[in-house]
Order: sequence, then structure tokens, then C-alpha cells
Amino acid sequence: MATKTKTPKSNGKKGETRRDFLQLTAGAFGAVGAASVAWPLINSLNPAKDTLALATTEVDLSPLLVGQSITVMWRGKPVFIRRRSEKEIEEARDVDVAALSDKQTDEDRVQKPEWLVLVGICTHLGCVPTGQKSTEPRGEYGGWFCPCHGSHYDTSGRIRKGPAPKNLAVPDYVFTSDTAIKIG
Amino acid sequence: MASGPREKFDNPTIEWIDSRLPIFTMLNKEYGVFPTPKNFNYFWNFGAIAMFMLITMIVSGIILAMSYTAHVDYAFDSVERIMRDVNSGWLIRYIHMNGASFFFIAVFIHMFRSLYYGSYKQPREILWILGVVIFLLMMATAFMGYVLPWGQMSYWGATVITNLFSAIPFVGESIVTLLWGGFSVDNPTLNRFFALHYLMPFLICAVVFLHVWALHVTGSNNPAGIEPKTKKDTLPFHPYYTMKDTFGLLVFITIYAFFVFYAPDYLGHPDNYIPADPLVTPAHIVPEWYFLPFYAMLRAITFDIGIPFTDITIISAKLGGVITMFGSIALLFVLPWLDTHPIRSARYRPLFKTFLLIFVVNFVFLGYVGSQGADAMVGPIPLSLLGLLATGYYYGFFLAILPWLSKFEKGRDLPPSIHESVLD
Repeated sequence: MATKTKTPKSNGKKGETRRDFLQLTAGAFGAVGAASVAWPLINSLNPAKDTLALATTEVDLSPLLVGQSITVMWRGKPVFIRRRSEKEIEEARDVDVAALSDKQTDEDRVQKPEWLVLVGICTHLGCVPTGQKSTEPRGEYGGWFCPCHGSHYDTSGRIRKGPAPKNLAVPDYVFTSDTAIKIG
Repeated sequence: MASGPREKFDNPTIEWIDSRLPIFTMLNKEYGVFPTPKNFNYFWNFGAIAMFMLITMIVSGIILAMSYTAHVDYAFDSVERIMRDVNSGWLIRYIHMNGASFFFIAVFIHMFRSLYYGSYKQPREILWILGVVIFLLMMATAFMGYVLPWGQMSYWGATVITNLFSAIPFVGESIVTLLWGGFSVDNPTLNRFFALHYLMPFLICAVVFLHVWALHVTGSNNPAGIEPKTKKDTLPFHPYYTMKDTFGLLVFITIYAFFVFYAPDYLGHPDNYIPADPLVTPAHIVPEWYFLPFYAMLRAITFDIGIPFTDITIISAKLGGVITMFGSIALLFVLPWLDTHPIRSARYRPLFKTFLLIFVVNFVFLGYVGSQGADAMVGPIPLSLLGLLATGYYYGFFLAILPWLSKFEKGRDLPPSIHESVLD
């Protein structure tokens, strides 16, 4: 260590020495270096290329009768497709949107009113809500009910009651014909 | 550790080793002649019991890992193979499975002991904080271990708990994807959980080492909550407490063995013997019993917190629940600064004792709330409302009652010494 009196001052500014500068730059370089090594390690935990390459899912809707639902897998997640009855569509559209906790009109959530396509994962903590079969509990709003923590979804898949913060997500999909869709 | 002048050993081999690495001197100092308050009751057994459980879990776990396959297609079947085909596999797995429960039983009692006798107070704050760190690591380890058999509860437990992180604003979804290594709980998730489940017990060992080190600096607290003053107040650790610990441990192991042999699935959940199915959530997901009170606090917040008379939500119900659950543990870290009353032991603090016993009953009640369905009712009252009230008491105990008692509770007169407290 240099003695106090011999410490060279840079630019004559008080308290700042060449040593401070060297320590700061060395520290900064060290931090950048450590971070640049840490990032590939952390990033290796993100979805790998084969996971990302999971294909889209095509679904033939023609066997579904009015009021029926099917569940298909897309990217390891269940996707709910329900062919809604007139009554269900009406219920979904008769709602005062301003009173919802996640405000969305039913029109924004469907491409064709008859076909409701949703990611079947509760937006609270990721359970699969019940209600795909007519014998399962559908909650107080006739859509889906999440048994884990009691979230009620309506016939548009919107959150109406319970701890979930958001409506059931609508995945990207296109109608490839009148009775077939491609999800993803 | 043990350095400086040391006494010679008579045995030449021990002396040869000890003069090069004074490990026998250290053992004798810390576990032989170590002066220990002479008034310990059986609550002081549970540190040693927890240590025994940690070793049991590591030994049985390493053997299980040799027959387990961490892949979504094979995990469930490999566990069934351990149960049916591997020699004594059923025994080793039941030891490990019930061992988790009994490890938590020991640690909960150990923590209650610290609360009741004020063992977290000055000068043992760091000792206590290290203990809370061990508790957190144990919870993470237990959670990841429960995922490995890849049953329905494994899968959905993993889904629910990893989704907790999605409540974090802005970066939550990215964090969850990072944890999963995919878009749902899947093979990458199972693989990394196995790697971490194998790693974390050794981290726990490291923190236990620090915990014991800190203990041997400050010395043990005791039921009177006063420091030993003279030689009359203490006994050498060996043979007095090695014997007392061994006796308590044998009683504990007897109860543990009863569960392993006669009720091995009593503390578990039958749904975990159904292979994981990403399309069907079990109607009633519950975590293992030792997480139930914290699970109840997670579910207690069912409302958004926002600016009154506007639509602006500051904390959604989901984030609120997550904060409440993690906060309940964060409070333990700052406990030594919430309860600053100069008297340690609840024996001499009647008010503290009353509120603490209510706290324990309340904590057990939270466990009951956590075990019930989300829409359960008690008569006309929704159970979730009672869960919210119980959560309120949990927080109130730490944030209001303890600071208030620290200021206003007079307390009883302390005995002049440990020796005299025993003679009463």
C-alpha cells in the first residue's frame, strides 16, 4: 500500500486517486464479466429450442353438437373449445362490461359467436377449471369453475367471482374452414 | 476452530491425529465438556431430533435416487418399482416420505420452543435467523421432493406453487417460464426439481453448521430465559444431555416408526397414487399438511386492494395472497426486533404466554382452513372469512401484540439464577 503522503492525485481533485479509478474499473469489468457468464447459465433454464418448436394444433370441430365441449392439447396445455348455445351466447353478451373485473366484451373474445376457444388454465394458479362436461360444476355463471381456489368463469370464460385476476386467455387461432381451426 | 494450547490425549493414535488436526479437542470442547444450562426440559431435544431427521432424509434419499428416474414417462413407474420390486424399497421410501413429515414435526416444535422461551432474543438473533433460513430451505426441498413421484398431487402442487411467481408484476410470466423450462410443468421442470431436491439438503447441512456454530458462541437458552452465571447453573453436555437427547430421540423414533410401518400413507394424499394428468385437476388440491397454514393464508385474500371509489387496482387478489403467504415467513426474520421485551421466557410473561398459546391454536386452525375446499362453509359463515380473520391474528400477533407487550407488559420477577429457579 502506498503511504498517505505519496498517494498520487489525479487531476488535483480531492479524495479521488488513481487507485480509486483502478478499483472501480476493475470492479465494473469483473461485474460485467460475471454477469456475462451467469446469463447463459440462467438462460439455459428457459424453454429449449425443441420445446419452442412445438407445432400448432389443428382441430376438427364438425363432430361437436351445440352445447358440447372438447379439450385439446396445445403446447402441453389444455385448450377448451365449446360450441355455445344461443342462451349461453346471450348470457355472455347481456353482461354489464363495466362491472367486470377484467373488462372485455364477449365480441372481443370470439371470432364466431358459436365457437368459444380458451386456454383451459385458471389465471389464478394454473389449475384446470371444471365445466367441460355438463355433469361437472360450472360455477355460478354457467361457464367454468376452478375447484382449487373457487374462481367462477362465465359463458365467455370471463372471471366473475373468486381470486383469479384475469379472464381465461384466448389463444391465437384461425378458422381454416367452417368447421376446423388451427391453434397457435 | 479449536486452536491454541490443548491438552494431551493418553491414546497415542488420537494424540497423533489431534496434534495435527485438533478434531478431538474440538469435539470434546463442543460436545463433551460444553457447559449447558442444567434446567433443560424435553423441548430442548428437538434440535438434536431435527439433526437426526436431516441425516435420515439424506441417507434414505440417496438410496432412493439410485432407483428413481426423473422423466415424466418413467418417474411414476420407477417409484412404483421401488415400492414393489426393489429390495426393501417400500421401507426406504416410507422412511423418506414420512421422514419429511416428522422432520417438520420436529422443526415446528423446535420453533415453538424458541418462541415460548424467547430463544430468538438478544444475543441469539443470528442463531434464530439462520434457523428461519433452514426452515425456508426445508420448505423448498420438501415441495420439490413431493413433485418427484409425478402423481396428480405432485403435478398440480407444482403447477399451483410455480404459478405463485406469476403474480409478480411485469416479470412474473417470464419467471414462471424460466422455472418451468417450457409452457407448463413438464419434463424439464421435473428434471431440474430432481437436481435441486438432491442439492438442497446439502445447503441445509451448511446452514445447520452455521446455526450450531452460532449456538456454541452464545450458548443455549433455557426454560428460565436467564443466562448461566456460575458453574452451579450448568452441566457438561456429555453425558447429561447426550443421554437426555438420546432418550427423547428414541421416543420420537418410536412414533415415527409406528407411522412408517402401520400408517405409511396416513399423512399423504391418495390422489398422489394417480399418475399426473395435465388435463384433469383433482377436485380438491391440498398441499402436504406442513404447508396447510401457509396455504390458508395464500387463499385468505380473495379481494383486490385498490384505490377506493375508483377502478384502479394496486394489488390484485392473487398478488395479495402471495404477499400474505411469503410475508408470514418474512415476519419471522424480523421477530427479534418486534418482540423487544427484556424478559425472554413466557414463564415470567403471563400476557405473552396467553397470546402465544392463542397464536398456536390460531396456527392450527389456519391449517384446518387450508385443508378444506375453497368454498367450505361453517354454518352460514364461509370458512374463507374465518381464514381471513385467522390470518389477521397471525399478522396482528407479530405486528401489533408483540410490540405492544414489549412496551407495556410488566412480567413477573425473574429468579436470581438458573440454579435457584430449579430449587423452587
